[in-house]
Amino acid sequence: MKAAVIVFPGSNCDRDLAVALRAAGADVTMVWHKDAVLPDRVDLVAVPGGFSFGDYLRCGAIAAQSPVCQGLVAHARRGGYVLGVCNGFQVLAETGLLPGALMRNAGLKFVCRPVELQVTTTDSAFTQAYRPGQRITVPIAHHDGNYFVDAPTLERLRGEDRIAFTYCDNPNGSVADIAGILSDNRRVLGMMPHPERAVDPAHGGTDGVPMFAGLMAQLVGA
Amino acid sequence: MVDIGDGQALVFKMESHNHPSYIEPYQGAATGVGGILRDVFTMGARPIAAMNSLSFGMPDHPRTRALVAGVVAGVGGYGNCFGVPTVGGEVRFDPSYNGNCLVNAFAAGLADADKIFYSAASGVGMPVVYLGAKTGRDGVGGATMASAEFDDTIEEKRPTVQVGDPFTEKCLMEACMELMRTGAVISIQDMGAAGLTCSAVEMGDKGGLGIRLQLDDVPQREAGMTAYEMMLSESQERMLMVLRPEKEAAARAVFEKWDLDFAIVGETIPEDRFLILHGNEVKADLPLATLAGSAPEYDRPWVPTPAAAPLGDVPHIDPIAGLRALIGSPNYAAKNWVWEQYDTQVGGDTLRRPGHGSGVVRVHGTGKALAFTSDVTPRYVRANPVEGGKQAVAEAWRNLVAVGARPIAATDNLNFGNPEKPEIMGQFVGAIEGIGAACRALDFPIVSGNVSLYNETDGTGILPTPTIGGVGLIAAPDLAIAGTARPGWIALVLGETRGHLGQSALLAEAFGRAEGDAPPVDLDAERRAGEFILANHALIGACTDLSDGGLALAAFEMAEAAGTGVALVAGDTATLFGEDQARYLIACPLADAKALTAAAAEAGLHLTEVGAFGGDAVRMGGASASLAELSALYRSAFAAAVA
Repeated sequence: MKAAVIVFPGSNCDRDLAVALRAAGADVTMVWHKDAVLPDRVDLVAVPGGFSFGDYLRCGAIAAQSPVCQGLVAHARRGGYVLGVCNGFQVLAETGLLPGALMRNAGLKFVCRPVELQVTTTDSAFTQAYRPGQRITVPIAHHDGNYFVDAPTLERLRGEDRIAFTYCDNPNGSVADIAGILSDNRRVLGMMPHPERAVDPAHGGTDGVPMFAGLMAQLVGA
Repeated sequence: MVDIGDGQALVFKMESHNHPSYIEPYQGAATGVGGILRDVFTMGARPIAAMNSLSFGMPDHPRTRALVAGVVAGVGGYGNCFGVPTVGGEVRFDPSYNGNCLVNAFAAGLADADKIFYSAASGVGMPVVYLGAKTGRDGVGGATMASAEFDDTIEEKRPTVQVGDPFTEKCLMEACMELMRTGAVISIQDMGAAGLTCSAVEMGDKGGLGIRLQLDDVPQREAGMTAYEMMLSESQERMLMVLRPEKEAAARAVFEKWDLDFAIVGETIPEDRFLILHGNEVKADLPLATLAGSAPEYDRPWVPTPAAAPLGDVPHIDPIAGLRALIGSPNYAAKNWVWEQYDTQVGGDTLRRPGHGSGVVRVHGTGKALAFTSDVTPRYVRANPVEGGKQAVAEAWRNLVAVGARPIAATDNLNFGNPEKPEIMGQFVGAIEGIGAACRALDFPIVSGNVSLYNETDGTGILPTPTIGGVGLIAAPDLAIAGTARPGWIALVLGETRGHLGQSALLAEAFGRAEGDAPPVDLDAERRAGEFILANHALIGACTDLSDGGLALAAFEMAEAAGTGVALVAGDTATLFGEDQARYLIACPLADAKALTAAAAEAGLHLTEVGAFGGDAVRMGGASASLAELSALYRSAFAAAVA
């Protein structure tokens, strides 16, 4: 699997995501946000966590205007795989690749702690290595993870089985406890929790490993 | 800076941002974090861990809640965005901080030992380059404000507080790291207190050179700034460098990549002058070496702190009631409310998050790890500055040992009141004597430090608070003591228990008394106990040092973290709540307990079985309460008091 990790000014989980992808066996290239063209034949584009452009204006809003996002959107439109974690999810929402918005946490505070998630669908490369309904523990670390979509869109997400993860104990006020969602072609995943922080026994848990393993299984040799 | 082997060095320091944080808690704390991070990456070290030691007034004081909320949000706001994990710290409450909170920020960074950058300029006619954010009118006079006592004009001082931009600092750090790799940097100095003035003079003085600055070339945020404002602005996220002229293009490219300002604002000159030009006017022409080197040295009068009166009788207290008084106080309750607002894991190398003893961060890509702790017990220092100074160092040392780390070095952040008062100066002198004695005895050098004086409001000083930031090295993963207690394990105390209740947490929290002497610190005993723990790490399942709240609090915390009950044999106040030093609580299976006992006997150390883990209750002597109920109190008391 050939993966590209996008680096915006203010990204700070870029290395962590690259470490997790490499541990899963991926060939990873870091891509600077001013590059409008992605490396050739990239299978997965990963948008990391952090504070792209300082979260100024609105989380992810300025990053979504970066040259690299033209390449990112084109990659997704061609049916390429995209993973957005935390700030990466916010960026994907701002590009329009995923519906909805991430608002300030209901508690108004930054929250960093491991949380329990339920795997809501296993029908995607990202989640196929989990058991249906499996409960996993993955850390969150965000100030603006309160996911919102309007009621018709929520119904569509449900109807199309596109809710990937839900919180077992909602930490941020997200509608329908949503922690991560898929695009309509199931190849773009945005999620607030950090699977790359749960891939090493030293992290205190390895529940993020099946996500990267699932991607590898799908994209190996691709 | 300390060598951690394999060609790597750890750069670390702690600094106060007390007065700005009291005036404007969010920005004061945020820029405190920003300042210390800049100090670290200026040397070429990438920050890998942060801590903070916070002291506030009483929870019921009208300002406290807003200060706690603002300071914690500010620390998190800066560190989280910058992308450094916050892995440790302390939070305390005492009425002496009602009018003067303390915010001490620590940062540590990793560098290659042969690629450290310094501030001394060298070479005549070299370009002096300004990097980072633009200069504005914020923070003018900040350093002067920070060193004055507070009174009722405090609101007028708000404009002297700087405004932080962690995003720019993150970019500045990455740009500096890239620039350093190009070989363009001769010397580098961040602009902190007194901004351009201080950084330029320091670079020139250390290099034995003069500096000429042309202020028209300084990137400015607003028009019409005077030379005075530009020279004293404390706008954040700025650097001054002396660069190799032939590498200017490469340097400029790095800064353009990161969209940061880059401007040549002057040059080094052979004469011993600090020359400031603005337009066609010479705004200052001063002898630089004299400016830097002839600061007055004070030899202030001081009086030793009188010996504390002996502690009177302490009435019997039901052990569970005593424990409740501690864990129901925001001083000893769980601090999750605080540290869950900090990103504790960014970087993916945090092995031990805040909450129990030292934080531990892996050295990326290696099997090594570093442990970090910050400690001081201000009420001990007030009662007995010398023993209190020793104790702060000893507790930091123990906290590192308890996770299996070999303590390697420390930094100090000395917060005191007005040194012009002989009794305050006496506290300062005494604390330094104690810190020095402990560092020598424990081979635990202080490699950097910061002093914050005049922490007084309307003439009332804070408790003397010499915060010690300690660093330890875990050279291989199997050396770490990382477990939690398990049901069936034995609880043992290493070190001698005499039941010292003077200045104890129990006395303060349950009886509202601050009496008696601080516990004496036997540095030889500290050393021997610590070496015993490190030598026998493989037999130790879980470990914590005994400090505030003595055995009772340590055993409760260990049990609570493990989700199991604990039964302690002792029921008397002195044994349970005494704060004798040089002690550790150990949990391990019975077979290991036997082996440890034999080893301790051989080493001539006291190792006493004090109880066992298991069940769902906390028992002390004949008293008991359910773990779940105590745990609920422990986990809710902090937010109930200050949120």
